[in-house]
Amino acid sequence: MSRSSRLWLAVAALSLALVYWQPLWHVGLKAPQYPEGLGLYIGVNRIVGVQPQDLGSINGLNHYIGMKRITPADIPELRFMPWLVAGLIGFGLVAALSGRRPLLYAWVGLFAAGAVAGLADFYRWGYDYGHNLDPQAIIKIPGMSYQPPLLGSKQLLNFYATSWPAAGGWILIAALGIGVALSARELRKTRSILATAPSLLAA
Amino acid sequence: MSRFSIGPHSIGRICLFAALLITSGCAKSAAPVGGTGDAASRVYVAPGQYDEFYMFASGGYSGQVSVYGLPSGRLLRVIPVFSQDPEKAYGYSEQSKPMFNTSYGFVPWDDAHHPSLSKTDGMNDGRWLFINGNNTPRVARIDLAEMNTKEIIEIPNAAGNHASPFVTQGTEYLVTATRFSVPTPQKDVSISTFKENFTGQIGFVAVDPTTGKMSLAFQIHMPGYDYDLARPGKGPSHGWAFFTTYNTEQASTLLERNASQNDKDFITAVNWKQAEQCVAQGKAKTWPTRYAHNWVDDADVAHSEMLTGEKVLEPADCPGMVYFLPTPKSPHGVDVDPTGEYIVGGGKLATVIPVHSFSKMQKAIAEKAFEKEIGGIPVLKYESVNYCEVANPGLGPLHDEFDDKGNVYTSVFISSEIVKWNLKDCKVVDRIPVYYSIGHLLVPGGDTRKPDGKYVIALNKITKDRYLPTGPELAQSAQLIDITGDKMKLLLDFPTIGEPHYAQAILASAIKDKQIRTFALAENKDPFVTRTEKDARVERKGNVVHIYMTAIRSHFVPDNIEGIQVGDSVYWHVTNLEQDWDVPHGFAVTGANTSELLVMPGQTRTIAWIPDRTGVYPFYCTDFCSALHQEMQGYIRISPKGAGVQISYNTPK
Repeated sequence: MSRSSRLWLAVAALSLALVYWQPLWHVGLKAPQYPEGLGLYIGVNRIVGVQPQDLGSINGLNHYIGMKRITPADIPELRFMPWLVAGLIGFGLVAALSGRRPLLYAWVGLFAAGAVAGLADFYRWGYDYGHNLDPQAIIKIPGMSYQPPLLGSKQLLNFYATSWPAAGGWILIAALGIGVALSARELRKTRSILATAPSLLAA
Repeated sequence: MSRFSIGPHSIGRICLFAALLITSGCAKSAAPVGGTGDAASRVYVAPGQYDEFYMFASGGYSGQVSVYGLPSGRLLRVIPVFSQDPEKAYGYSEQSKPMFNTSYGFVPWDDAHHPSLSKTDGMNDGRWLFINGNNTPRVARIDLAEMNTKEIIEIPNAAGNHASPFVTQGTEYLVTATRFSVPTPQKDVSISTFKENFTGQIGFVAVDPTTGKMSLAFQIHMPGYDYDLARPGKGPSHGWAFFTTYNTEQASTLLERNASQNDKDFITAVNWKQAEQCVAQGKAKTWPTRYAHNWVDDADVAHSEMLTGEKVLEPADCPGMVYFLPTPKSPHGVDVDPTGEYIVGGGKLATVIPVHSFSKMQKAIAEKAFEKEIGGIPVLKYESVNYCEVANPGLGPLHDEFDDKGNVYTSVFISSEIVKWNLKDCKVVDRIPVYYSIGHLLVPGGDTRKPDGKYVIALNKITKDRYLPTGPELAQSAQLIDITGDKMKLLLDFPTIGEPHYAQAILASAIKDKQIRTFALAENKDPFVTRTEKDARVERKGNVVHIYMTAIRSHFVPDNIEGIQVGDSVYWHVTNLEQDWDVPHGFAVTGANTSELLVMPGQTRTIAWIPDRTGVYPFYCTDFCSALHQEMQGYIRISPKGAGVQISYNTPK
């Protein structure tokens, strides 16, 4: 890896530390009675309301449709995700220090796999909350489920739900983007070295 | 024209004004209400938009304060102060009942007259609103972040606390006074001995600068006159307070005639900084009158204590503390202009508006320009203090407010108008009729150093034909008048809750963003709080039953309760578990001799209930909280006294 690639990789890896403070995702809910909206921030280690009372309010509202309470303590991902991020940071720094290209590719691969797995897991939780409803729910609408969108927006009864990356999510995306760009650059360099190899041999 | 009741001589003028101001019988082609085509747009606040000012109006004999938006005149809230309010359980809930305690016992009503916004450096600071109870002398403090009454202090030795609670420029004190001189301290004497036995009181209540808590600082024992209204000085006159003083005749019967004989009565000038010194020098006597002090603690629970031993100064013991300024004739209002130099008297029977000068008064005191002395109080010479007399002010000038351009707006009761004049040459420059019989008036910030001279609002006692009639009892009203131009323009006319005796207004931006939305459940310190549904329970202690109940959309926990007996004292302690803005829950049970409860998010309120018959009775949520509000209910079973039914109750599994 070139000096600048190693530096960029270190920066990308270290920037991941910001997600311990910045939420990854924002889920918003707006309704006529909630003109200012309710919202949740999902972080690597916590789920909190945008306003302190929002999580309680959302749980309170969800009881009408028989959705399970969102209890952060019961979500194991919030306990191990911080370690996965720590692993990515450590691995990235080792790759940057060693300067070995395969380590960069491995880092990007792991990161991308982790991101896909994370999104899949988020979808799974959303599906579970949205579909596994209390059969004695107060409001039952045949065929209706309440899974929040994975990305984008959706009308759920009186609520307009949105789901977008938050600051931490954008940091992850940027870090992964840097990793992909560095890989492309290093791959190109490898290829050009290989391309010039025959002439080197000839000399 | 018969709809106008001002008098036949004014018909011509009324028609003239009617053409400008109102749709009337004068001419079919009269201009729309408001007179100018843009009046409607000037007061139109579009749906979802906010008003520019909050106006806090006393409800007069309703005992409450109502909150309006200006310029729309929309009613936003009624703050219960001196009257029990069953809608809000104010004075019915166990947490609020102590607010009505007085030395006379539980007094659930009063006559609220003068809201006074707290001030810092002569400007409204948006922290508290004070208001007097006239009948059983009291002063209340309202917290403007919550818009609830937080404290009420009784004023001992006063009778008719009318000249109150106007605050000093830094809210160091608010003032109190006697409108009806009485034997002070009270004693059993013949009313015909008024001159020997009846005296007055002017008092100062200190306000804690951090908490707002009120305490009686000192009182001044005054001659037996009637002390009617007051304003503290500001700027150069800071440290003084001025009180109109009538019935210097000391009449005790048929006052309307007998107290209207003297050509001049007084404005009493009190140097409260001098009074402070005299108190510090130990010149005050301690009186043993009992008075109540009631306050809401940080757990949102009211307490009451009985105090005694107020400090009373005799004017003769504290020279330089009190002076009388001769003022024509039975003066009602007294108002101090934004610079603090001019003291305007409202001589309700006078043919002029007298304006005194503070600097002239200081000079007259220094030169001892005294006419005589009454009970150790020098009477200054009228000419030595008078700055000017405003001629042709109309009939019955009462009160004055100021704009930021040196103009004064005087309410004139009998001729039912507002008269605009300026302090520079004391000339009337404009006048506008009001409908009808104006008492006080206000300019937003009109008693501060820098009034917001956009509107003057007339506060009227009589509406007659102004609105759709509602039987013999009609609304009182407020009228919004534009004062930005040379001519005053009537923009809006709206009915009010109770008598809008006086009002003050403040820029919405000063308090809008500090409004409390919910109480944090985690910080609820009520001794009977139920923090979670798991903690909900029913406990019997002898014949007292405590029900620890929670409310959240859309259920109570517990809902069904058994094991209660006829004659038990049942306390319903309802905690609202919501933490969402604008989701109160109500609570009512059949046959309660009290009121409903209205519980704000995160709050606990308690109502006492003594069931008097057996059976099963429902209770339910009264505040439409959610789509399943109708299902928010429960039952309580009442068994005969001594029945063997054990306490049991339903909680969710």
